[in-house]
Amino acid sequence: MDQVTDGGGQSTAGEAGGAVTRWQIISFAGLVLLLFVGVPVIFGKLPYFITVLTNAAVLSFISLGVWITFSIGRMNLAQGAFALVGGYVTAVLATRYGISFWVCLPLSGLVSAGLGALIGWPMLRLKGVYFAMTTLSLTEAIRLLALNGGDITKGATGIVSVPPPGAIRILGLTVVPPFSSANPMPYYFLASAILALGLIAVWRLSTSRLGWVFRSLRQNEDLATSIGINVARYRVTAFSLCCFMAGIGGAFFVAFQQNIYPSTYTIADSVNFLLYCFLGGLDYLFGPVVGAFLLVISFELLHAVQDYQALIYGVLMIFCMLCLPNGILSLRLRRLGERQHSKT
Amino acid sequence: MPILEIQGITKRYGGLTAVNNVSFSVEKGEIVAVIGPNGAGKSTLFKLISSFVPPTSGKVVYNGQTITGLPPHEVARRGVVRTFQETTTFREMTVLQNVIVAHHLRCSASGLGIYFASPKARADEVTFRDRAAKILDYLGLGGVKRLQARNLPHGHLRALGIAIALATEPKLLLLDEPFAGMNIEETDVAVEMVRGIRDRGVTVVLVEHDMSAVMRISDKIIVLNFGLKIAEGAPAEIQRNDAVIEAYLGRPDDELGH
Ligand SMILES: Nc1ncnc2c1ncn2[C@@H]1O[C@H](COP(=O)(O)OP(=O)(O)O)[C@@H](O)[C@H]1O
Ligand SMILES: [Mg+2]
Repeated sequence: MDQVTDGGGQSTAGEAGGAVTRWQIISFAGLVLLLFVGVPVIFGKLPYFITVLTNAAVLSFISLGVWITFSIGRMNLAQGAFALVGGYVTAVLATRYGISFWVCLPLSGLVSAGLGALIGWPMLRLKGVYFAMTTLSLTEAIRLLALNGGDITKGATGIVSVPPPGAIRILGLTVVPPFSSANPMPYYFLASAILALGLIAVWRLSTSRLGWVFRSLRQNEDLATSIGINVARYRVTAFSLCCFMAGIGGAFFVAFQQNIYPSTYTIADSVNFLLYCFLGGLDYLFGPVVGAFLLVISFELLHAVQDYQALIYGVLMIFCMLCLPNGILSLRLRRLGERQHSKT
Repeated sequence: MPILEIQGITKRYGGLTAVNNVSFSVEKGEIVAVIGPNGAGKSTLFKLISSFVPPTSGKVVYNGQTITGLPPHEVARRGVVRTFQETTTFREMTVLQNVIVAHHLRCSASGLGIYFASPKARADEVTFRDRAAKILDYLGLGGVKRLQARNLPHGHLRALGIAIALATEPKLLLLDEPFAGMNIEETDVAVEMVRGIRDRGVTVVLVEHDMSAVMRISDKIIVLNFGLKIAEGAPAEIQRNDAVIEAYLGRPDDELGH
């Protein structure tokens, strides 16, 4: 099992640019059914649960970005910073210029991605703990920037009463009804759509040659260079994709919570995005999703321990690295592998 | 016109001159060996040619064009591809995946085409898979292509390094100690492989310690000592060159292939 990989978990580069494995289709279809049918049917009358699941969906979307930077071999602790940037872009554009949320949303992603490319270009030369520390400071730096942003960010007061997303009308037809802060259901559907699209997009990426190039960078940048791969360019591409997802997530939460403060995303949030990936498993596309849902939901259920969240997260992270270095999803795959083994 | 001209290239690391004003040229279709004691600057010379490190002075001309100062991936794109002295592979991929990924320069599809698996991108990958399998068969790795690279025995790792380089379809291949760690029979096979690569139109420059292999395989030998070129010539000339014998003094004669 350890020695031979036979297309079971991951497809081989070259199988028509990334074949779809049966497992991926089943898990993806299952997730879509669960998100769009199961949850609304079961929890539709429980706005509190819907809110929790909405949070979990977009938080896992943001972590999926961190997962991409893991695939190029970088531990990214700046995701909170770029979520904050995306959030402020939407908040400022919506409150000052009355621009529709549906325009702000992609714009926030693009601004974060652009900024990510700019900062990432020099920063991505660093590796390992040096890169991690620099990104960590970036999270703090962006928070301070927001705190001292004067009239634009409104400092510690933050930007409040951001209007909820309006309706989308095409040719006079209302495709999406206007959102309201009283009803979390539309937000839930939007969050689920963002997550599902994000998963498809990242899945395409990781099974295509681009995904293989990313992984080749993680395994040996010099060798990748020697075969003609423009390492710097692919690194920046991966990083700004990651920042794009943070920007989208940040914009969503501004619309969802109708406010943003410098403290909306701190170092703790950046660390959490990383932890979701660790917990779920870095080798699996669904890793960050499993990690985020598990932690977000369990903490909501365990109200009593919320004061100790940071402590528990820290212990979990250490436990993960020691006992489950490949994440929770590795348990399932290991069992599966054993079963296949005993058959042959 | 020679395919490669090294013009007075020098590389200093602090006070240490790793490569000192070295010049030579390589003709198309030749096999040229660079020999010299440990620390003579052979690997550094290869890094200079492939643009992995910038020279302190001097330049490298490839097919009449200066490639010094170009980024290393660009030099590879033009057809100058190096292997590594330390065995270097994508450890967490299978042997086959290593060589498929290494076809990167041969992609005809655009980035978006690759992302959306356009017909062109898919055709590319089918071609790469076939070609990778052929390269692996040629280098005797056909039987282990589904193994993870990190689980390969040392001799196979060397061959995989060469397979990865060949996948780029180089015009000038720089092999850093391709026969290191091989026994006599393995070396014999590998020598024939390198000849075969040359016969397919690839010019080969190699660094090697195995003198008997070097004497058999090379059209020309460059001898480095403490970063300086101390001799250049056909194997027979090098064998009776006084400066070379001096540099290797204290070593048993058979190292020079007698
Ligand atoms: N990056 C570096 N920094 C400092 N010194 C180096 C570096 N690379 C090589 N050297 C030195 O340059 C000399 C030549 O090294 P190298 O080219 O690896 O020799 P060879 O391949 O002939 O054994 C050695 O003395 C080595 O210590
Ligand atoms: Mg060397």
